[in-house]
Amino acid sequence: MTLDFRTEALLQKHLADARINVELETEGMVLNLGPQHPATHGTLRVVVKLDGERVVSADPVIGYMHRGYEKLTEYRTYPQITTLINRIDWLSSFANEVPFIHGAELLMGVEAPPRAEYIRTILTELSRIATFVLFLGEMALQVGAITPAFYGFRDREHVLNLIEAATGGRFHPNFNRIGGLKIDLPSGWIDECRRVMKKIFDSVDDFEDLVVGNEIFEVRTRGVGVIPAGVGAAYGVSGSNLRASGVDWDLRRDGPGYLVYKDLDWKVWTHADGDSFARYWVRMQETRESARMVIQMLDGLPAGPVMAKVPRIIKVPDGEVWVNTENPLGEMGYYVISKGATGPFRTKIRSASFSNVSILPWLLKGVYVPDIITILASLYFILGDIDR
Amino acid sequence: MTDAEIPPEGETPPEAEAEIDDIPIVEPDPEPEPEPMPEAAAQLLAQLEKELKDGIIEAGHTFGDLVVRVAPEAWRKAAEVARDKLECDYLSFVSGIDWMPAPKVGGDDTEGDTSTPAQPTETTYGVAGSDGRFQVFARVSSTSRHHGVTLKVDVDEDAPTVASWVPVYPGADWHERECWEMFGIGFVGHPGMRHLYLPAEFEGHPLRKDFPLLAREVKPWPGLVDVEPMPGEEVVQEVIPE
Repeated sequence: MTLDFRTEALLQKHLADARINVELETEGMVLNLGPQHPATHGTLRVVVKLDGERVVSADPVIGYMHRGYEKLTEYRTYPQITTLINRIDWLSSFANEVPFIHGAELLMGVEAPPRAEYIRTILTELSRIATFVLFLGEMALQVGAITPAFYGFRDREHVLNLIEAATGGRFHPNFNRIGGLKIDLPSGWIDECRRVMKKIFDSVDDFEDLVVGNEIFEVRTRGVGVIPAGVGAAYGVSGSNLRASGVDWDLRRDGPGYLVYKDLDWKVWTHADGDSFARYWVRMQETRESARMVIQMLDGLPAGPVMAKVPRIIKVPDGEVWVNTENPLGEMGYYVISKGATGPFRTKIRSASFSNVSILPWLLKGVYVPDIITILASLYFILGDIDR
Repeated sequence: MTDAEIPPEGETPPEAEAEIDDIPIVEPDPEPEPEPMPEAAAQLLAQLEKELKDGIIEAGHTFGDLVVRVAPEAWRKAAEVARDKLECDYLSFVSGIDWMPAPKVGGDDTEGDTSTPAQPTETTYGVAGSDGRFQVFARVSSTSRHHGVTLKVDVDEDAPTVASWVPVYPGADWHERECWEMFGIGFVGHPGMRHLYLPAEFEGHPLRKDFPLLAREVKPWPGLVDVEPMPGEEVVQEVIPE
């Protein structure tokens, strides 16, 4: 067998490395990251085996926050379940409610009035902005820049105030009802929302000036943690993480059609690189895009009721439905099996972070220890969304 | 405004009350007409049938989505066909279903106890049917062609195993570990089957219908009925003799 000289040189290099390892008797070291670590939003534990500074294998240990929501849904009625699923991805709780309620509405044959659909879309996009603005600040924190984190929290606060004013809950709105919404928007909310969206545009520009052009940030993120499109999809990585790998797929545009995204003028952003920087960049653009969408919806908000006529006792007819939506963290889906009772027979909850994190054993192989932190931060997961 | 014009507090006008009560509870037709399969789903099914032939046992659709039940020996092949021929490069999830009706827990509906929504006591199977108690189902979709398909496979109750999808979709790894600990369904060919959420010494399979939710067994949930007494209406404590 003849090898070309490059392959042979590479083999010689590996052999030399192996000889040194044998001579010096270097052993792998096990490093336990977590369960408490500032880079993990919750309690994720990653057990990494190291050879020097490089990761040989990584094994995420999850389940510290498993609350068994799939079992609990079998013991609750449909209106009660929205309270539970608020707590899956607690940064964008409102967006969690939408697919489940939409699934129940499909099974019942109920349609929410247009005004309710618009307000749902506005609040979904607001939760997306709140989630991403925090990410834009926190990601910078993981590479050592503390200032953007405060900006992130400050601007998220504006959006959370809006959500609180409309729904009564900052984190867990529990605002969706089967057939519409609990109540209409309060007076003056629309003007306030316009004002906050202006602030969001400014703040994203600030992040772009502060972070994206920064040399340290670019060095730490460019070319780090590259997810090829095919591998990402096969692992079930979704949302902005997959779009950052160049996959032009967004359920808001390409799904079976939910909420009012079809009425809006917006763009799906992708980045070809698939590295940590691309994931940051895509989320930055999507924050702007969401703010643009919210302004369009505020302009075109139809009048009318926010609640359709539904029976007082919600009984959902026999059937199965799969509803998946584009949540801030990726594809969130519910497979609801109903047997005509007041509660579902079985609910499979497909949460985005679970699959996004399942790629870690593959992704962390061969990276340096400090890059683990930036990769974890750039994947952007919520532990409640992993553990359910 | 005089006192007479103010409606008594806490009472809704009779018309409004009647309007709400008149809305019928949506009941399915006793014999619903089978809807024709949407064209997109039919095309996907034709492609699957061409490759799997006898491997497909039954196919159905729900809200425009194709649901296909494949034979256990064709489960791995179905994943390969979905990935290679249908261009379904994206795996949403792999999970299980236990079709057994749950044993009755909590109280009785007629007594106003809504602790657990009463499910039908006879076993019925969902779209595309089932051969027995356990099923594994999975959802794959295409990021380029924007379609998806739900695949189901029957799992034998006495020897609950099915082929693993990890060689086809590496993302199935964690989903199958979850399904194994929650339903006790083994996946042949899985690279490292161990607990994902639960501690290693945990006994039982929590998502099986015969696994009780202990919190509910101990104390039924009061549910929709507000049973907390108003101040001054407290239940008199039984006097315990010394």
